[in-house]
Amino acid sequence: MSLMSDPTTEGRFGEFGGRFVPETLVPACQELEIAFKDAWQDPVFRGELDAVLRDYAGRPSILTECHNLGAKLGIRLILKREDLNHTGSHKINNVLGQALLAKRMGKKRLVAETGAGQHGVATATAAALFGLECKVYMGAVDVERQALNVFRMHLLGAEVEAVHSGSRTLKDAVNEAMRDWVATVETTHYCLGSVMGPHPYPWMVRQFHRVIGDEAREQFQALVGDAPDVVVACVGGGSNAIGIFSGFVDLKSRLVGVEPAGGAAVKRGVPGVVHGMKSYLMQDEYGQVQEAHSISAGLDYPGIGPEHSYLASIGRVEYPNVTDDEVIAAFQELARTEGIIPALECAHALAWIIRESGSMQGQTVLMNLSGRGDKDVGQMMEILK
Amino acid sequence: MTLESELRSKRDRGRKILVPYITGGFPGWIDAIRAAAASGADAIEIGLPFSDPVMDGPVIQEASQRALELGATPVSILDGVRNLDVEIPLVVMCYYNTVFHAGHERFAKQLVAAGVCAAIIPDLPLEESGPWVKAADEAGLETVMLAAPTAPDSRLPLIIERARGFVYAVGLLGVTGERSALAATATAMAARLKPITDKPVLIGVGVSNAEQAVEACRVADGVIQGASVVRRLIEGGADAVGDYVSEVRRALDAAFVPQS
Repeated sequence: MSLMSDPTTEGRFGEFGGRFVPETLVPACQELEIAFKDAWQDPVFRGELDAVLRDYAGRPSILTECHNLGAKLGIRLILKREDLNHTGSHKINNVLGQALLAKRMGKKRLVAETGAGQHGVATATAAALFGLECKVYMGAVDVERQALNVFRMHLLGAEVEAVHSGSRTLKDAVNEAMRDWVATVETTHYCLGSVMGPHPYPWMVRQFHRVIGDEAREQFQALVGDAPDVVVACVGGGSNAIGIFSGFVDLKSRLVGVEPAGGAAVKRGVPGVVHGMKSYLMQDEYGQVQEAHSISAGLDYPGIGPEHSYLASIGRVEYPNVTDDEVIAAFQELARTEGIIPALECAHALAWIIRESGSMQGQTVLMNLSGRGDKDVGQMMEILK
Repeated sequence: MTLESELRSKRDRGRKILVPYITGGFPGWIDAIRAAAASGADAIEIGLPFSDPVMDGPVIQEASQRALELGATPVSILDGVRNLDVEIPLVVMCYYNTVFHAGHERFAKQLVAAGVCAAIIPDLPLEESGPWVKAADEAGLETVMLAAPTAPDSRLPLIIERARGFVYAVGLLGVTGERSALAATATAMAARLKPITDKPVLIGVGVSNAEQAVEACRVADGVIQGASVVRRLIEGGADAVGDYVSEVRRALDAAFVPQS
């Protein structure tokens, strides 16, 4: 199997992945798998998706070279500007794909989980565009720290439900969205927001985000005349990272997925099963899933997508982590040196680049700037007071 | 004695099977099991609390979270189970990560050593169940499989074949919790299973009181009651559980008179 091709029929990437869901959801996952395969091979579907990505989301996203910060760090730093997409992050790529697919399957309603609110906003946006009902589950802690995105979802006509169980963050929002789906599966599509969950989600969501890597590969070649030495992205579930890595996995580029220190599934986790998948997972000695702790709601997740676990296990991708303090510094650094306010999520990728730049002198570094920081400004205002 | 032989012999005598669910590790859980057993339960389903119970509604979530906060672990609960002096079969319900983390063979042996005769793992569907069922079979532990209303007809015989102990007919599309009426899907599910299997068919999820248990048993061989039992455990302790199980038992025996 060549890297990042299709998973096995059981939805496995190596030993990871699978479909560990309640029996009620198995037929829905099977139906979704068949529908996605059919749609992905259908030029009409692909044409519709390409058109909406271009004319609505604003693709292709550009590359921006950071001349100021690059000179300061002694590297060539180039950003893939997913922050410039409609709704402000890469999440729109996946959501437009899944919403089109849901319509094709005759579903009337979308449910989604969200951490920082970016996936929730993107799902609410696609639901508004395609005339679907939408309900978004969000941990109560995140509702608090991402109030702006909650209001955006309301403006877009979505219902937002605060989840008060467990750690009241992304993990619990996923639980609640799955519980909703168990009850509503006949009319509802679960619009999962990352490369996680039961098969076919990790594969399907990756395919919808491939566009990031496919564009970046061509653009980088045109700009620099070679493949990047290093490709860096932040990782919670890992959708923006898998998107950009997919364009470079068969090249010589070093691939780095940066996790938050408080949610370092690869570094601190062991293989486990939750949310429908087998993957690296932070858990205690009895297999209870541990709570992640990160300044960034979007990365506050104790697991990671199964394909990342596979790429980690074979050593193709490195998964280091950075602290909240490093992230806060990186967030401000990009704003001051380049006039770009990044989302706290991708400030993790930048924090790693800044920390490790000494060992990458003269190298070309491509970073996926997966979202813009508008949503984080309120939180940072409190932190920097 | 196996769970299946026990339930079959009761069914064949005309008795409807009543299986209350108790969250292990919740204050008073041991006494609640004793009370249920003394009040006419035919087996007890003991839940091992998990951090992320996706098949459970608010009541069982609350009980699980409380048990975890009080320090309950699979080991501490199985220690309690080992010392239980009840005469009816004990079944453990747990999420798959508890099994996977412990290791299939090791976990199956731990259950058997604690005197448990069967396991229910609600997030381990047919396609993923092979390695576990093999380990469980080898350890002499029965694995109950769930059949859901969404399953096409072609899938049911495969589930039945894999099922040990009984076939768990999922009563509705949704998670555990009490409902004001028995869903039409409950009896419909049992009616799809009964003609194609001789194994006991029990309806669980959304069977919320004595009246609904009777209604479910017009088609099924018995019922599993979770949230309605656990709510009484939370609100009134073991005595309330015993009273409730007695009430459901009386209603079942009145509606379906067992042969003496």
